[in-house]
Parts: sequence; C-alpha cells; structure tokens
Amino acid sequence: MRVTLTIALSGLLATSPAYAATLDINVEVPKLNVAEYHRPYVAVWLEGADQKVAANLSVWYQQTGNAEGHGTKWLPDLRQWWRKSGRTLDVPVDGVTGPTRPAGTHALSFSDRQPALKQLAPGSYTLVVEAVREVGGRELLKIPFTWPAKAAQNASAQGSTELGKVTLSAKP
Amino acid sequence: MKRTLVLAAALAAALPFSALAHKAWLLPSQTVIAGNDPWITVDGAVSNDLFYFNHVPLRLESLVITAPDGSSVQAQNPATGKFRSVFDIELKQQGTYRIASVNDGLSATYELNGERKRWRGTAATFGELPSGAKDVQVSQSVGRVETFVTNGTPNDTALKPTGKGIELIALAHPNDLFVGEEATFRVLVDGKPTAGLEFEIVRGATRYRNAQDEIKVTSDAKGEVRVTWPEAGMYWLETGTEDSRTSVKQAARRRLSYVATLEVLPQ
Repeated sequence: MRVTLTIALSGLLATSPAYAATLDINVEVPKLNVAEYHRPYVAVWLEGADQKVAANLSVWYQQTGNAEGHGTKWLPDLRQWWRKSGRTLDVPVDGVTGPTRPAGTHALSFSDRQPALKQLAPGSYTLVVEAVREVGGRELLKIPFTWPAKAAQNASAQGSTELGKVTLSAKP
Repeated sequence: MKRTLVLAAALAAALPFSALAHKAWLLPSQTVIAGNDPWITVDGAVSNDLFYFNHVPLRLESLVITAPDGSSVQAQNPATGKFRSVFDIELKQQGTYRIASVNDGLSATYELNGERKRWRGTAATFGELPSGAKDVQVSQSVGRVETFVTNGTPNDTALKPTGKGIELIALAHPNDLFVGEEATFRVLVDGKPTAGLEFEIVRGATRYRNAQDEIKVTSDAKGEVRVTWPEAGMYWLETGTEDSRTSVKQAARRRLSYVATLEVLPQ
C-alpha cells in the first residue's frame, strides 16, 4: 500500500525523496601494498533471517575476457555469494552487476522504489559484503539491520584484509 | 614386500579398489566452476596417503562420466602413468557431472591338471573357464569410485541412483558442502537404503599431519549418515559391505565397495 502511495505521489510531485525509505552503503576497497594487484571481485547482498539471499545489490567483476577466459570464470571464488545466489543467476544483471572498482570508498544508494528493495518484506536482514582478489585473499563482512527502518539506523563493520570499512545507513 | 607386489599386480590387472586398505580415488581439479565450456582435469590413483600419487594408477577402462542431462560423455586426453591416471573433461553443459570408475568383476581360482590357477573377468566372460576346471572358487566384486563437479547451477539428473552396487545420495548436494555444516547422505545397496554400513572419511593432505583424523560414521535405520565437516578440504569417503546377491550362481559372496571424493569449502 505504501509503495502504491509513494508511486502516486511521485507522479504528482516532481521531487519526493522524503517519502522513500533509503539504504546507503559505503564499501571501502583498501589500498594494498602488494607486488601484483588486481581489483577485487565484490558482491553486496541482503540476507533474510533464513540466511537466504533476499536481494542482490551489487556485484563487481571483470566484464571482459582475456586469454585466461571471461571474467565470469572467477565468480565462483565469491564462494558464499556463488552458493547462495550467483550460481542460479544469469549474469549480467541490469542495475546489479558492473565492472570491478579501484581502491577507495564506493557509495551505493538504494531506495524502496528500486527493484532490489521494492519487494523486500519488512523484517530483519543482514547486509553481506564479500570480496575476493586474484592472487589475494577473501573476506566477508556482515551488518544486521531492520528494514524498513523505523528510525535512522547506522552501523559499520571493519574489514582487515580484502575489505576496508563498510557502513550502512538505513533511513525511514 | 612380496605382498605389496602381488597386491600391485592384482590392482593393476583389473580392479581399482582393494580390501587391503589401499585407497582408490578420483581427484578433480575443481568441483565448483563457471563459464562457457570450461574444462577440468581429473587425477585417478590408488595410494595409502591422500591425495598423493605414490602407489599405482587408477585404471581408466571402466570410467563412466555422466553429464547433467544424464547422457554419457567421453574423457579427453586420457593417460596412465606410473603412479596416476589423468584425463580432462569439457563441461559443455550447465549442471552437475558425475565422474565414476564403476567395476563389476569376478575372480576365480580353480584346479586344472593338478595346478592351481587364477582367473579374472566378468559375468559375460565367465564361460572362459576351462571345462575341466575343478574346485572352482568364485567371488564377485562390485565397486564404484566417484566424484562430482558442478558447472553453474547444480542439478540432480546425473546423481540419480543406477540401482547397482553401493551408491551414496547427498540429501542436499555433493557440491554444496561447507565447513561447520551438517551434511546428510543416504547409502543405497542396489538402490535400497541400507543400515549398518560403516564409513571412513579422511581429509586430504595427510602428509602434513601426524594422524589420519578419520571420521567414522555408520548408516542408521533409514540408511542415512550425517557428517559435520570439521575443516575445509578434499575428503575421501569409503564404505563397503558383503552379501550373497551375486550375478553368477558359482559365486557365493559379493564384495561391494564405494569411494567418493568430496570437496568441503570454507565459510
């Protein structure tokens, strides 16, 4: 009902961001001092209380192929994501998959109007960020939160190897 | 020493498994893979240590590779060396491949002209035994050594039981095993869930630890075994039994064996 109302309003008003519940995520890809560096493959998704994937938010992988194969060859190295979602997904997925990103903090913003969150039933969720790097390691961070937020929620998790700081901000 | 030689000869002759404690196995280069027509390579060997090539190769004559749609595919570039066999598979289909070495053989000893002789073959070639053979002792061995590889989305078509010998059915999926999680398997003998089969499960890389750290489980009344994986790695799983359901009436006993190589991934 709320969604319908929001859509109706957005039709009436040119700007109505105040009506959207938002989820802002920052993912830091750390700068690493290594001899051979490749940008990490990163998957960002939401899990429900059943630990199943509720929404794929973002997946970064090499979009091209080379003599070693297409970039999709290494998607199974994002082990948990591959198991829970990737292996049944037909990549690329519009609005979800994209190229790998350089070191730095990457801001991802979602609202309940976007396909990823539109169908999300109210409840407890966990944000999961998994990163794996060629000739490097793998790291997985989790941040629990409630959706939609009744009051603003801020949480973060600090990675130690393949991920830097991951922050989550959910606003009603 | 002599015994080892005899054993080696016996293994090399026909059967890739043995009741004398050597471990037969197939070791895939990857069990979870993605892409268009990816390739994997598989090693096959019989050894005491897991997964090291230091005894005899696993013979490839009885290789059966089942594709995700249930059809049979051929191994590519097969070769057998001193210690191991190796072959490649192009995974043209999406889904789960079952890679197995399946044996159903007979061995016999008999007396001819006062001499004790040995014979090995199958039910189809049993007629080879000379007509004057006396005191014929026949035994049957049915064995399966297998592993599983999934390209993309797992499926179950290739995993359907054949109904012959011992088979192990993963109630989840054999390429979906993770450390700290419990996996349930059902053991079938000729397609029927069977209680009381003892399993030995050993993680690879035995060279780098001082104990086998084997896991022992026994199938329950429903023929099920439950394993909680203590560590990630390649695991060797074996079970065996004996019964009298032989395919030729001259054989009194049938020895059954089963080996699977399973990969357990970290969380």
